[in-house]
Amino acid sequence: MPDDSPLIRARGLVKRFGTFTAVDGIDFELRRGEAFGFLGPNGAGKSSTMRMIGCVSPPTAGELTILGLDSVRDGAAIRARLGVVPQEDTLDVELTVRENLYVYGRYFGLPRAVISERAAALLDFVQLADRAGDQVEPLSGGMKRRLTIARSLINAPDILLLDEPTTGLDPQARHVVWDRLFRLKRQGVTLVLTTHYMDEAEQLCDRLVVMDGGRIAAQGTPRGLIGEYSTPEVLELRFDPADHDAAADKLTAVPATRREVLADRILLYVPDGDATLAQVRALGLDPLTSLVRRSTLEDVFLRLTGRQLGE
Amino acid sequence: MSERVAGRALPLRVLPVTALAGATRALGGGGGRHLIERHARVYRRTWLVLASGVAEPLFYLFSIGIGIGKLVGSVKVGGATVPYTTFVAPALLATSSMNGAIFDSTFNVFFRLKYAKLYDAVLATPMRSGDVALGEIGWALIRGALYACAFLVVMLAMGLLRSPWSAAALPAALLTGFAFAAAGMAATTFMRSWQDFEYVTLVSVPLFLFSATFYPLSVYPRAVQILVQCTPLYQAVALMRGLVLGAGGPALLWHVAYLLIMGAAGLYVAGRRVSRLLLT
Repeated sequence: MPDDSPLIRARGLVKRFGTFTAVDGIDFELRRGEAFGFLGPNGAGKSSTMRMIGCVSPPTAGELTILGLDSVRDGAAIRARLGVVPQEDTLDVELTVRENLYVYGRYFGLPRAVISERAAALLDFVQLADRAGDQVEPLSGGMKRRLTIARSLINAPDILLLDEPTTGLDPQARHVVWDRLFRLKRQGVTLVLTTHYMDEAEQLCDRLVVMDGGRIAAQGTPRGLIGEYSTPEVLELRFDPADHDAAADKLTAVPATRREVLADRILLYVPDGDATLAQVRALGLDPLTSLVRRSTLEDVFLRLTGRQLGE
Repeated sequence: MSERVAGRALPLRVLPVTALAGATRALGGGGGRHLIERHARVYRRTWLVLASGVAEPLFYLFSIGIGIGKLVGSVKVGGATVPYTTFVAPALLATSSMNGAIFDSTFNVFFRLKYAKLYDAVLATPMRSGDVALGEIGWALIRGALYACAFLVVMLAMGLLRSPWSAAALPAALLTGFAFAAAGMAATTFMRSWQDFEYVTLVSVPLFLFSATFYPLSVYPRAVQILVQCTPLYQAVALMRGLVLGAGGPALLWHVAYLLIMGAAGLYVAGRRVSRLLLT
Protein backbone atom coordinates (compact mmCIF):
# COMPACT_ATOMS: atom_id res chain seq x y z
CA MET A 1 0.00 0.00 0.00
CA PRO A 2 1.65 3.24 -1.06
CA ASP A 3 1.93 5.72 1.78
CA ASP A 4 -0.10 8.43 0.09
CA SER A 5 -3.21 6.26 -0.19
CA PRO A 6 -5.89 7.15 2.36
CA LEU A 7 -5.99 5.22 5.65
CA ILE A 8 -9.75 5.69 5.77
CA ARG A 9 -11.97 6.35 2.79
CA ALA A 10 -15.74 6.83 3.01
CA ARG A 11 -18.07 7.29 0.05
CA GLY A 12 -21.78 7.96 0.45
CA LEU A 13 -21.70 6.50 3.96
CA VAL A 14 -25.18 6.09 5.46
CA LYS A 15 -26.37 4.79 8.82
CA ARG A 16 -30.05 4.34 9.56
CA PHE A 17 -31.71 3.04 12.71
CA GLY A 18 -35.23 2.08 11.61
CA THR A 19 -36.66 5.23 10.07
CA PHE A 20 -34.11 7.52 11.74
CA THR A 21 -31.14 8.49 9.60
CA ALA A 22 -28.14 9.15 11.82
CA VAL A 23 -25.57 9.55 9.04
CA ASP A 24 -26.90 10.77 5.73
CA GLY A 25 -24.39 10.06 2.98
CA ILE A 26 -20.99 11.45 3.95
CA ASP A 27 -17.65 11.37 2.11
CA PHE A 28 -14.24 11.84 3.69
CA GLU A 29 -10.65 10.67 3.46
CA LEU A 30 -7.96 10.43 6.07
CA ARG A 31 -4.20 10.18 5.57
CA ARG A 32 -1.45 8.70 7.67
CA GLY A 33 -0.23 10.92 10.50
CA GLU A 34 -3.22 13.24 10.35
CA ALA A 35 -5.31 14.36 13.29
CA PHE A 36 -8.81 14.39 11.84
CA GLY A 37 -11.88 15.67 13.66
CA PHE A 38 -15.65 15.41 13.42
CA LEU A 39 -17.04 18.58 14.97
CA GLY A 40 -20.73 18.93 15.63
CA PRO A 41 -23.44 19.10 18.29
CA ASN A 42 -24.94 16.04 20.00
CA GLY A 43 -26.99 14.03 17.52
CA ALA A 44 -25.02 15.22 14.48
CA GLY A 45 -24.06 11.63 13.62
CA LYS A 46 -20.47 11.78 14.90
CA SER A 47 -20.64 8.75 17.18
CA SER A 48 -22.48 6.67 14.58
CA THR A 49 -19.72 7.51 12.10
CA MET A 50 -17.11 6.61 14.67
CA ARG A 51 -18.74 3.25 15.40
CA MET A 52 -18.76 2.45 11.68
CA ILE A 53 -15.06 3.30 11.47
CA GLY A 54 -14.47 1.12 14.55
CA CYS A 55 -16.11 -1.78 12.66
CA VAL A 56 -18.69 -2.35 15.39
CA SER A 57 -21.60 -0.96 13.37
CA PRO A 58 -22.24 -2.06 9.78
CA PRO A 59 -23.02 0.83 7.39
CA THR A 60 -26.54 0.85 5.98
CA ALA A 61 -25.22 2.02 2.63
CA GLY A 62 -22.08 3.39 1.03
CA GLU A 63 -18.45 2.36 1.00
CA LEU A 64 -16.06 2.38 3.93
CA THR A 65 -12.47 1.25 3.44
CA ILE A 66 -10.06 1.30 6.37
CA LEU A 67 -6.35 0.46 5.98
CA GLY A 68 -7.21 -0.77 2.51
CA LEU A 69 -9.70 -3.31 3.89
CA ASP A 70 -13.48 -3.48 3.74
CA SER A 71 -15.06 -2.43 7.04
CA VAL A 72 -17.68 -5.16 7.04
CA ARG A 73 -15.89 -8.11 5.47
CA ASP A 74 -12.54 -7.56 7.21
CA GLY A 75 -13.83 -6.08 10.48
CA ALA A 76 -11.70 -8.22 12.78
CA ALA A 77 -8.51 -7.61 10.76
CA ILE A 78 -9.14 -3.88 10.85
CA ARG A 79 -9.99 -3.82 14.55
CA ALA A 80 -6.68 -5.55 15.24
CA ARG A 81 -4.99 -2.36 14.03
CA LEU A 82 -7.28 0.24 15.62
CA GLY A 83 -7.20 1.81 19.06
CA VAL A 84 -10.61 2.82 20.36
CA VAL A 85 -11.49 5.29 23.11
CA PRO A 86 -15.28 5.06 23.34
CA GLN A 87 -17.49 7.89 24.53
CA GLU A 88 -18.49 6.00 27.67
CA ASP A 89 -15.74 4.27 29.59
CA THR A 90 -15.84 0.51 29.18
CA LEU A 91 -13.03 -0.21 31.62
CA ASP A 92 -13.18 -3.56 33.39
CA VAL A 93 -14.07 -2.72 36.99
CA GLU A 94 -13.36 -6.25 38.14
CA LEU A 95 -9.68 -5.82 37.24
CA THR A 96 -6.89 -3.57 38.45
CA VAL A 97 -5.44 -0.72 36.39
CA ARG A 98 -2.55 -2.82 35.11
CA GLU A 99 -4.76 -5.86 34.50
CA ASN A 100 -7.05 -3.72 32.35
CA LEU A 101 -4.17 -3.18 29.95
CA TYR A 102 -3.00 -6.76 30.23
CA VAL A 103 -6.36 -8.42 29.61
CA TYR A 104 -7.21 -6.00 26.80
CA GLY A 105 -3.90 -6.80 25.13
CA ARG A 106 -4.77 -10.48 25.36
CA TYR A 107 -8.04 -9.81 23.51
CA PHE A 108 -5.75 -8.81 20.63
CA GLY A 109 -3.87 -12.08 21.02
CA LEU A 110 -0.64 -10.27 21.92
CA PRO A 111 2.08 -12.28 23.70
CA ARG A 112 2.23 -11.77 27.45
CA ALA A 113 5.79 -10.42 27.44
CA VAL A 114 4.95 -7.81 24.79
CA ILE A 115 1.93 -6.65 26.77
CA SER A 116 3.82 -6.38 30.05
CA GLU A 117 6.49 -4.24 28.45
CA ARG A 118 3.99 -1.99 26.67
CA ALA A 119 1.71 -1.74 29.71
CA ALA A 120 4.53 -0.39 31.86
CA ALA A 121 5.47 2.21 29.24
CA LEU A 122 1.84 3.19 28.66
CA LEU A 123 1.06 3.60 32.35
CA ASP A 124 4.05 5.93 32.56
CA PHE A 125 2.83 7.78 29.51
CA VAL A 126 -0.64 8.43 30.99
CA GLN A 127 0.83 9.15 34.43
CA LEU A 128 -0.87 6.25 36.17
CA ALA A 129 2.17 4.13 37.02
CA ASP A 130 1.64 4.73 40.74
CA ARG A 131 -1.95 3.44 40.49
CA ALA A 132 -1.05 0.28 38.55
CA GLY A 133 -2.16 -2.12 41.29
CA ASP A 134 -5.34 -0.22 42.22
CA GLN A 135 -8.91 -1.04 41.33
CA VAL A 136 -10.47 1.06 38.57
CA GLU A 137 -13.61 2.28 40.32
CA PRO A 138 -12.02 4.78 42.75
CA LEU A 139 -10.12 6.55 39.93
CA SER A 140 -11.25 10.05 38.97
CA GLY A 141 -12.96 10.68 35.64
CA GLY A 142 -9.77 12.09 34.15
CA MET A 143 -7.72 9.10 35.29
CA LYS A 144 -10.23 6.66 33.85
CA ARG A 145 -10.08 8.50 30.55
CA ARG A 146 -6.30 8.36 30.54
CA LEU A 147 -6.41 4.67 31.38
CA THR A 148 -8.81 4.15 28.47
CA ILE A 149 -6.34 5.97 26.23
CA ALA A 150 -3.49 3.77 27.48
CA ARG A 151 -5.65 0.70 26.90
CA SER A 152 -6.40 1.80 23.33
CA LEU A 153 -2.67 1.99 22.59
CA ILE A 154 -1.79 -1.51 23.84
CA ASN A 155 -1.86 -2.96 20.30
CA ALA A 156 0.31 -0.11 18.88
CA PRO A 157 -2.58 0.88 16.60
CA ASP A 158 -2.24 2.43 13.15
CA ILE A 159 -5.23 4.66 13.88
CA LEU A 160 -6.51 5.91 17.22
CA LEU A 161 -10.27 6.62 17.40
CA LEU A 162 -11.42 8.97 20.16
CA ASP A 163 -15.15 9.59 20.63
CA GLU A 164 -15.64 12.76 22.68
CA PRO A 165 -12.36 12.25 24.54
CA THR A 166 -12.84 14.99 27.13
CA THR A 167 -16.60 15.19 27.54
CA GLY A 168 -17.54 15.20 31.21
CA LEU A 169 -14.05 16.09 32.45
CA ASP A 170 -13.24 19.15 34.50
CA PRO A 171 -11.03 21.78 32.79
CA GLN A 172 -7.82 20.65 34.45
CA ALA A 173 -8.36 16.99 33.57
CA ARG A 174 -9.18 18.02 30.00
CA HIS A 175 -5.87 19.80 29.66
CA VAL A 176 -3.99 16.72 30.87
CA VAL A 177 -5.78 14.57 28.29
CA TRP A 178 -5.14 17.13 25.55
CA ASP A 179 -1.47 17.22 26.45
CA ARG A 180 -1.21 13.42 26.11
CA LEU A 181 -3.10 13.40 22.82
CA PHE A 182 -0.91 16.18 21.51
CA ARG A 183 2.18 14.13 22.36
CA LEU A 184 0.75 11.15 20.49
CA LYS A 185 0.10 13.37 17.51
CA ARG A 186 3.71 14.59 17.64
CA GLN A 187 4.83 10.95 17.63
CA GLY A 188 3.01 10.47 14.34
CA VAL A 189 -0.02 8.52 15.56
CA THR A 190 -3.02 9.04 13.28
CA LEU A 191 -5.89 10.41 15.35
CA VAL A 192 -9.59 10.51 14.53
CA LEU A 193 -11.72 12.28 17.07
CA THR A 194 -15.22 13.56 17.53
CA THR A 195 -15.96 16.56 19.68
CA HIS A 196 -18.50 19.25 20.30
CA TYR A 197 -15.84 21.47 21.85
CA MET A 198 -14.50 23.91 19.32
CA ASP A 199 -11.36 24.56 21.38
CA GLU A 200 -10.60 20.83 21.37
CA ALA A 201 -11.03 20.71 17.60
CA GLU A 202 -8.83 23.78 17.11
CA GLN A 203 -6.07 22.49 19.36
CA LEU A 204 -5.88 18.91 18.16
CA CYS A 205 -7.14 18.67 14.60
CA ASP A 206 -5.11 19.24 11.46
CA ARG A 207 -8.26 18.86 9.44
CA LEU A 208 -11.89 18.52 10.34
CA VAL A 209 -15.39 18.15 9.05
CA VAL A 210 -18.28 20.06 10.53
CA MET A 211 -21.27 17.72 10.91
CA ASP A 212 -24.88 18.67 11.37
CA GLY A 213 -27.97 16.51 11.05
CA GLY A 214 -26.01 13.54 9.71
CA ARG A 215 -24.41 15.52 6.89
CA ILE A 216 -21.08 17.23 6.40
CA ALA A 217 -21.65 20.98 6.37
CA ALA A 218 -18.04 21.91 5.57
CA GLN A 219 -14.54 20.52 5.74
CA GLY A 220 -11.02 21.92 5.89
CA THR A 221 -8.31 22.97 8.32
CA PRO A 222 -9.46 24.88 11.41
CA ARG A 223 -7.81 28.06 10.13
CA GLY A 224 -9.07 27.52 6.59
CA LEU A 225 -12.65 27.06 7.80
CA ILE A 226 -12.46 30.19 9.92
CA GLY A 227 -11.02 32.13 6.99
CA GLU A 228 -13.69 30.84 4.65
CA TYR A 229 -16.76 31.09 6.86
CA SER A 230 -15.97 33.89 9.29
CA THR A 231 -14.23 37.25 9.63
CA PRO A 232 -10.89 37.82 11.37
CA GLU A 233 -12.56 39.42 14.39
CA VAL A 234 -15.82 39.26 16.27
CA LEU A 235 -17.32 41.96 18.46
CA GLU A 236 -19.51 40.50 21.19
CA LEU A 237 -21.93 42.91 22.81
CA ARG A 238 -24.16 42.33 25.80
CA PHE A 239 -26.95 44.71 26.68
CA ASP A 240 -29.45 44.96 29.49
CA PRO A 241 -32.16 42.39 28.56
CA ALA A 242 -34.71 45.26 28.42
CA ASP A 243 -32.65 47.08 25.77
CA HIS A 244 -31.50 43.97 23.89
CA ASP A 245 -34.01 44.08 21.00
CA ALA A 246 -33.85 47.82 20.53
CA ALA A 247 -30.05 47.71 20.46
CA ALA A 248 -30.17 44.92 17.88
CA ASP A 249 -32.30 47.13 15.63
CA LYS A 250 -30.00 50.14 16.01
CA LEU A 251 -26.91 48.03 15.28
CA THR A 252 -28.11 47.38 11.73
CA ALA A 253 -26.68 50.83 11.02
CA VAL A 254 -23.17 49.58 11.85
CA PRO A 255 -21.41 48.02 8.83
CA ALA A 256 -20.56 44.37 9.47
CA THR A 257 -19.97 41.32 7.30
CA ARG A 258 -22.58 39.47 9.33
CA ARG A 259 -24.50 39.90 12.57
CA GLU A 260 -25.91 37.24 14.86
CA VAL A 261 -28.54 38.16 17.44
CA LEU A 262 -28.41 35.45 20.12
CA ALA A 263 -30.66 35.25 23.17
CA ASP A 264 -28.10 36.91 25.43
CA ARG A 265 -25.57 38.54 23.11
CA ILE A 266 -25.18 40.23 19.76
CA LEU A 267 -22.22 39.24 17.59
CA LEU A 268 -20.82 41.47 14.87
CA TYR A 269 -18.46 39.83 12.37
CA VAL A 270 -16.01 42.48 11.24
CA PRO A 271 -12.39 42.91 10.08
CA ASP A 272 -11.54 45.25 12.98
CA GLY A 273 -13.43 44.84 16.25
CA ASP A 274 -12.11 47.91 18.03
CA ALA A 275 -13.01 50.19 15.14
CA THR A 276 -16.53 48.73 15.10
CA LEU A 277 -16.89 49.16 18.85
CA ALA A 278 -16.06 52.85 18.40
CA GLN A 279 -18.82 53.06 15.75
CA VAL A 280 -21.28 51.38 18.16
CA ARG A 281 -20.45 53.91 20.87
CA ALA A 282 -20.80 56.74 18.34
CA LEU A 283 -24.41 55.62 17.78
CA GLY A 284 -25.03 56.33 21.45
CA LEU A 285 -25.29 52.65 22.40
CA ASP A 286 -23.72 51.69 25.70
CA PRO A 287 -23.34 47.89 26.02
CA LEU A 288 -22.99 46.36 29.52
CA THR A 289 -19.99 44.38 28.30
CA SER A 290 -18.08 44.30 25.04
CA LEU A 291 -15.47 41.86 23.87
CA VAL A 292 -13.32 41.88 20.77
CA ARG A 293 -11.99 38.43 19.93
CA ARG A 294 -10.75 36.36 17.04
CA SER A 295 -13.16 34.13 15.18
CA THR A 296 -13.35 30.50 16.29
CA LEU A 297 -14.87 27.30 14.96
CA GLU A 298 -17.90 28.13 17.08
CA ASP A 299 -18.52 31.05 14.73
CA VAL A 300 -18.05 28.81 11.73
CA PHE A 301 -20.62 26.42 13.12
CA LEU A 302 -23.05 29.24 13.88
CA ARG A 303 -22.66 30.51 10.35
CA LEU A 304 -23.14 27.08 8.78
CA THR A 305 -26.08 25.88 10.85
CA GLY A 306 -27.59 28.91 12.53
CA ARG A 307 -27.11 27.21 15.88
CA GLN A 308 -24.50 27.15 18.62
CA LEU A 309 -22.46 23.99 19.19
CA GLY A 310 -23.68 23.58 22.76
CA GLU A 311 -27.37 23.58 21.74
CA MET B 1 5.30 4.45 18.98
CA SER B 2 5.89 5.74 15.48
CA GLU B 3 8.57 3.12 14.77
CA ARG B 4 6.21 0.39 15.80
CA VAL B 5 3.47 1.84 13.64
CA ALA B 6 5.82 1.91 10.67
CA GLY B 7 6.98 -1.63 11.43
CA ARG B 8 3.46 -2.91 11.44
CA ALA B 9 2.66 -1.34 8.12
CA LEU B 10 5.49 -3.16 6.37
CA PRO B 11 3.87 -6.55 5.76
CA LEU B 12 1.04 -4.80 3.94
CA ARG B 13 3.40 -3.81 1.17
CA VAL B 14 4.74 -7.33 0.91
CA LEU B 15 1.64 -9.46 1.26
CA PRO B 16 -1.45 -9.16 -0.89
CA VAL B 17 -4.06 -7.43 1.23
CA THR B 18 -6.58 -10.26 1.00
CA ALA B 19 -4.04 -12.84 2.17
CA LEU B 20 -3.26 -10.71 5.18
CA ALA B 21 -6.94 -10.34 5.95
CA GLY B 22 -7.38 -14.09 5.70
CA ALA B 23 -4.40 -14.80 7.94
CA THR B 24 -5.57 -12.33 10.55
CA ARG B 25 -9.05 -13.78 10.41
CA ALA B 26 -7.67 -17.23 11.11
CA LEU B 27 -5.64 -15.95 14.08
CA GLY B 28 -8.46 -13.58 14.97
CA GLY B 29 -10.57 -13.64 18.06
CA GLY B 30 -8.96 -16.62 19.75
CA GLY B 31 -12.24 -18.53 19.93
CA GLY B 32 -13.05 -17.02 23.30
CA ARG B 33 -10.02 -18.26 25.21
CA HIS B 34 -8.91 -14.71 26.00
CA LEU B 35 -12.26 -14.06 27.63
CA ILE B 36 -11.80 -17.22 29.68
CA GLU B 37 -8.38 -15.94 30.71
CA ARG B 38 -10.02 -12.71 31.87
CA HIS B 39 -12.60 -14.55 33.97
CA ALA B 40 -9.93 -16.79 35.50
CA ARG B 41 -8.03 -13.67 36.55
CA VAL B 42 -11.12 -12.16 38.18
CA TYR B 43 -12.03 -15.38 39.99
CA ARG B 44 -8.52 -15.75 41.41
CA ARG B 45 -9.58 -13.03 43.81
CA THR B 46 -13.09 -14.35 44.45
CA TRP B 47 -12.31 -18.04 44.93
CA LEU B 48 -14.94 -18.23 47.68
CA VAL B 49 -17.61 -18.14 44.95
CA LEU B 50 -16.00 -21.23 43.44
CA ALA B 51 -15.89 -22.96 46.82
CA SER B 52 -19.62 -22.44 47.34
CA GLY B 53 -20.28 -23.94 43.92
CA VAL B 54 -18.46 -27.08 45.04
CA ALA B 55 -20.31 -27.27 48.34
CA GLU B 56 -23.90 -26.83 47.15
CA PRO B 57 -24.41 -30.15 45.31
CA LEU B 58 -22.71 -31.96 48.17
CA PHE B 59 -25.27 -30.51 50.58
CA TYR B 60 -28.00 -32.02 48.39
CA LEU B 61 -26.20 -35.36 48.29
CA PHE B 62 -25.86 -35.51 52.04
CA SER B 63 -29.38 -34.35 52.88
CA ILE B 64 -31.42 -36.06 50.17
CA GLY B 65 -29.13 -38.93 49.26
CA ILE B 66 -28.23 -40.01 52.75
CA GLY B 67 -31.13 -38.58 54.76
CA ILE B 68 -34.04 -39.53 52.50
CA GLY B 69 -32.10 -42.63 51.45
CA LYS B 70 -32.39 -43.93 55.01
CA LEU B 71 -36.19 -43.71 54.77
CA VAL B 72 -36.54 -45.04 51.23
CA GLY B 73 -34.04 -47.86 51.30
CA SER B 74 -33.64 -49.07 47.74
CA VAL B 75 -35.11 -48.36 44.30
CA LYS B 76 -35.81 -50.63 41.36
CA VAL B 77 -34.37 -49.21 38.21
CA GLY B 78 -33.99 -51.01 34.88
CA GLY B 79 -34.53 -54.43 36.41
CA ALA B 80 -31.90 -53.95 39.14
CA THR B 81 -32.38 -52.84 42.70
CA VAL B 82 -29.96 -50.18 43.98
CA PRO B 83 -29.68 -48.21 47.22
CA TYR B 84 -31.48 -44.86 47.01
CA THR B 85 -28.25 -42.89 47.48
CA THR B 86 -26.72 -44.67 44.50
CA PHE B 87 -29.85 -43.93 42.50
CA VAL B 88 -30.09 -40.25 43.31
CA ALA B 89 -26.38 -39.27 43.25
CA PRO B 90 -25.89 -39.24 39.45
CA ALA B 91 -29.11 -37.23 39.08
CA LEU B 92 -27.78 -34.67 41.55
CA LEU B 93 -24.56 -34.47 39.57
CA ALA B 94 -26.51 -33.78 36.37
CA THR B 95 -28.65 -31.22 38.20
CA SER B 96 -25.66 -29.40 39.63
CA SER B 97 -24.11 -29.27 36.15
CA MET B 98 -27.30 -27.67 34.92
CA ASN B 99 -27.58 -25.20 37.80
CA GLY B 100 -23.96 -24.08 37.60
CA ALA B 101 -24.16 -23.60 33.85
CA ILE B 102 -27.42 -21.69 34.06
CA PHE B 103 -26.15 -19.40 36.81
CA ASP B 104 -23.00 -18.51 34.89
CA SER B 105 -24.68 -18.03 31.57
CA THR B 106 -27.67 -16.01 32.77
CA PHE B 107 -26.95 -13.73 35.75
CA ASN B 108 -23.26 -13.24 35.04
CA VAL B 109 -23.71 -12.79 31.31
CA PHE B 110 -26.60 -10.36 31.78
CA PHE B 111 -24.51 -8.24 34.13
CA ARG B 112 -21.57 -8.18 31.72
CA LEU B 113 -23.84 -7.46 28.77
CA LYS B 114 -25.97 -4.67 30.21
CA TYR B 115 -24.05 -3.13 33.09
CA ALA B 116 -20.32 -3.86 32.95
CA LYS B 117 -20.27 -3.22 29.16
CA LEU B 118 -17.65 -5.93 29.00
CA TYR B 119 -18.64 -7.13 25.55
CA ASP B 120 -18.64 -3.60 24.15
CA ALA B 121 -14.96 -3.42 25.07
CA VAL B 122 -14.28 -6.94 23.79
CA LEU B 123 -15.95 -6.37 20.43
CA ALA B 124 -13.78 -3.30 19.75
CA THR B 125 -10.84 -5.76 19.51
CA PRO B 126 -10.41 -8.50 16.87
CA MET B 127 -12.77 -10.69 18.91
CA ARG B 128 -16.22 -11.39 17.44
CA SER B 129 -19.61 -12.07 18.95
CA GLY B 130 -19.07 -15.79 18.36
CA ASP B 131 -15.89 -15.57 20.44
CA VAL B 132 -17.91 -13.95 23.24
CA ALA B 133 -20.41 -16.81 23.18
CA LEU B 134 -17.64 -19.43 23.07
CA GLY B 135 -15.73 -17.72 25.87
CA GLU B 136 -18.71 -17.47 28.20
CA ILE B 137 -19.85 -21.02 27.56
CA GLY B 138 -16.27 -22.28 27.82
CA TRP B 139 -15.88 -20.58 31.16
CA ALA B 140 -19.14 -22.06 32.43
CA LEU B 141 -17.76 -25.47 31.42
CA ILE B 142 -14.49 -24.96 33.24
CA ARG B 143 -16.30 -24.07 36.44
CA GLY B 144 -18.69 -26.94 35.87
CA ALA B 145 -15.78 -29.35 35.45
CA LEU B 146 -14.34 -28.21 38.76
CA TYR B 147 -17.63 -28.79 40.59
CA ALA B 148 -18.24 -32.12 38.86
CA CYS B 149 -14.74 -33.37 39.77
CA ALA B 150 -15.29 -32.54 43.43
CA PHE B 151 -18.69 -34.25 43.39
CA LEU B 152 -17.29 -37.34 41.64
CA VAL B 153 -14.50 -37.63 44.18
CA VAL B 154 -17.11 -37.70 46.96
CA MET B 155 -19.19 -40.25 45.03
CA LEU B 156 -16.11 -42.40 44.59
CA ALA B 157 -15.27 -42.17 48.29
CA MET B 158 -18.85 -43.17 49.17
CA GLY B 159 -18.74 -46.13 46.78
CA LEU B 160 -21.48 -44.67 44.58
CA LEU B 161 -19.72 -45.23 41.25
CA ARG B 162 -20.93 -48.70 40.28
CA SER B 163 -19.70 -49.15 36.73
CA PRO B 164 -16.44 -48.62 34.78
CA TRP B 165 -18.58 -46.37 32.56
CA SER B 166 -18.49 -43.94 35.47
CA ALA B 167 -15.25 -42.71 33.91
CA ALA B 168 -17.48 -41.03 31.34
CA ALA B 169 -19.42 -39.19 34.04
CA LEU B 170 -17.14 -36.16 33.86
CA PRO B 171 -17.52 -35.69 30.09
CA ALA B 172 -21.26 -36.24 30.54
CA ALA B 173 -21.34 -33.49 33.19
CA LEU B 174 -19.48 -31.20 30.79
CA LEU B 175 -21.89 -32.02 27.98
CA THR B 176 -24.79 -31.21 30.29
CA GLY B 177 -23.09 -27.94 31.24
CA PHE B 178 -22.51 -27.10 27.58
CA ALA B 179 -26.16 -27.67 26.64
CA PHE B 180 -27.54 -25.58 29.50
CA ALA B 181 -24.90 -22.84 29.36
CA ALA B 182 -25.49 -22.34 25.65
CA ALA B 183 -29.28 -22.36 26.05
CA GLY B 184 -29.03 -20.09 29.09
CA MET B 185 -26.84 -17.56 27.32
CA ALA B 186 -29.13 -17.57 24.30
CA ALA B 187 -32.12 -16.95 26.58
CA THR B 188 -30.26 -14.18 28.43
CA THR B 189 -29.78 -12.18 25.26
CA PHE B 190 -33.58 -11.85 25.10
CA MET B 191 -33.94 -10.61 28.68
CA ARG B 192 -34.80 -6.97 29.24
CA SER B 193 -34.49 -6.60 33.02
CA TRP B 194 -33.73 -8.53 36.19
CA GLN B 195 -37.46 -9.31 36.48
CA ASP B 196 -37.13 -11.58 33.46
CA PHE B 197 -34.89 -13.85 35.50
CA GLU B 198 -38.04 -15.14 37.19
CA TYR B 199 -38.45 -17.18 34.01
CA VAL B 200 -35.12 -18.88 34.67
CA THR B 201 -36.39 -20.04 38.06
CA LEU B 202 -39.73 -20.92 36.55
CA VAL B 203 -38.00 -23.30 34.14
CA SER B 204 -35.11 -24.64 36.17
CA VAL B 205 -36.96 -25.54 39.39
CA PRO B 206 -39.56 -27.81 37.75
CA LEU B 207 -36.79 -29.39 35.68
CA PHE B 208 -34.90 -30.10 38.89
CA LEU B 209 -37.93 -31.58 40.66
CA PHE B 210 -39.68 -33.55 37.91
CA SER B 211 -36.93 -34.93 35.63
CA ALA B 212 -36.92 -38.36 37.28
CA THR B 213 -34.34 -36.87 39.57
CA PHE B 214 -35.64 -38.22 42.86
CA TYR B 215 -37.66 -41.23 41.66
CA PRO B 216 -37.76 -43.43 38.56
CA LEU B 217 -39.61 -42.26 35.46
CA SER B 218 -41.93 -45.27 35.87
CA VAL B 219 -43.92 -43.57 38.64
CA TYR B 220 -45.53 -41.30 36.02
CA PRO B 221 -48.42 -42.28 33.76
CA ARG B 222 -47.32 -42.95 30.16
CA ALA B 223 -48.36 -39.52 28.81
CA VAL B 224 -46.39 -37.70 31.48
CA GLN B 225 -43.42 -40.00 30.90
CA ILE B 226 -43.28 -38.92 27.27
CA LEU B 227 -43.52 -35.27 28.26
CA VAL B 228 -40.69 -35.64 30.80
CA GLN B 229 -38.55 -37.51 28.30
CA CYS B 230 -38.71 -34.49 26.01
CA THR B 231 -37.16 -32.14 28.58
CA PRO B 232 -33.41 -31.58 28.71
CA LEU B 233 -32.60 -32.33 32.33
CA TYR B 234 -34.26 -35.72 32.01
CA GLN B 235 -31.87 -36.43 29.14
CA ALA B 236 -28.90 -35.47 31.29
CA VAL B 237 -30.13 -37.45 34.31
CA ALA B 238 -30.79 -40.55 32.22
CA LEU B 239 -27.35 -40.30 30.63
CA MET B 240 -25.56 -39.84 33.93
CA ARG B 241 -27.51 -42.56 35.71
CA GLY B 242 -26.96 -44.95 32.81
CA LEU B 243 -23.20 -44.38 32.96
CA VAL B 244 -22.79 -44.54 36.71
CA LEU B 245 -25.03 -47.59 37.17
CA GLY B 246 -23.70 -49.28 34.04
CA ALA B 247 -27.18 -49.60 32.55
CA GLY B 248 -28.55 -48.20 29.32
CA GLY B 249 -26.12 -49.37 26.64
CA PRO B 250 -25.81 -47.69 23.23
CA ALA B 251 -29.22 -46.03 23.74
CA LEU B 252 -27.36 -43.50 25.88
CA LEU B 253 -26.03 -42.02 22.65
CA TRP B 254 -29.51 -40.57 22.01
CA HIS B 255 -29.15 -38.50 25.16
CA VAL B 256 -25.71 -37.38 24.00
CA ALA B 257 -27.13 -36.34 20.63
CA TYR B 258 -30.00 -34.43 22.28
CA LEU B 259 -27.63 -32.44 24.52
CA LEU B 260 -25.16 -31.79 21.70
CA ILE B 261 -27.86 -30.38 19.45
CA MET B 262 -29.26 -28.26 22.26
CA GLY B 263 -25.80 -26.84 22.98
CA ALA B 264 -24.96 -26.16 19.35
CA ALA B 265 -28.29 -24.42 18.78
CA GLY B 266 -27.81 -22.30 21.92
CA LEU B 267 -24.28 -21.36 20.89
CA TYR B 268 -25.46 -20.29 17.45
CA VAL B 269 -28.35 -18.22 18.77
CA ALA B 270 -26.22 -16.64 21.51
CA GLY B 271 -23.55 -15.51 19.04
CA ARG B 272 -26.13 -14.13 16.62
CA ARG B 273 -28.00 -12.29 19.36
CA VAL B 274 -24.85 -10.68 20.81
CA SER B 275 -24.22 -9.32 17.31
CA ARG B 276 -27.79 -8.06 17.04
CA LEU B 277 -27.63 -6.33 20.42
CA LEU B 278 -24.18 -4.76 20.32
CA LEU B 279 -23.10 -4.42 16.69
CA THR B 280 -25.84 -2.00 15.69
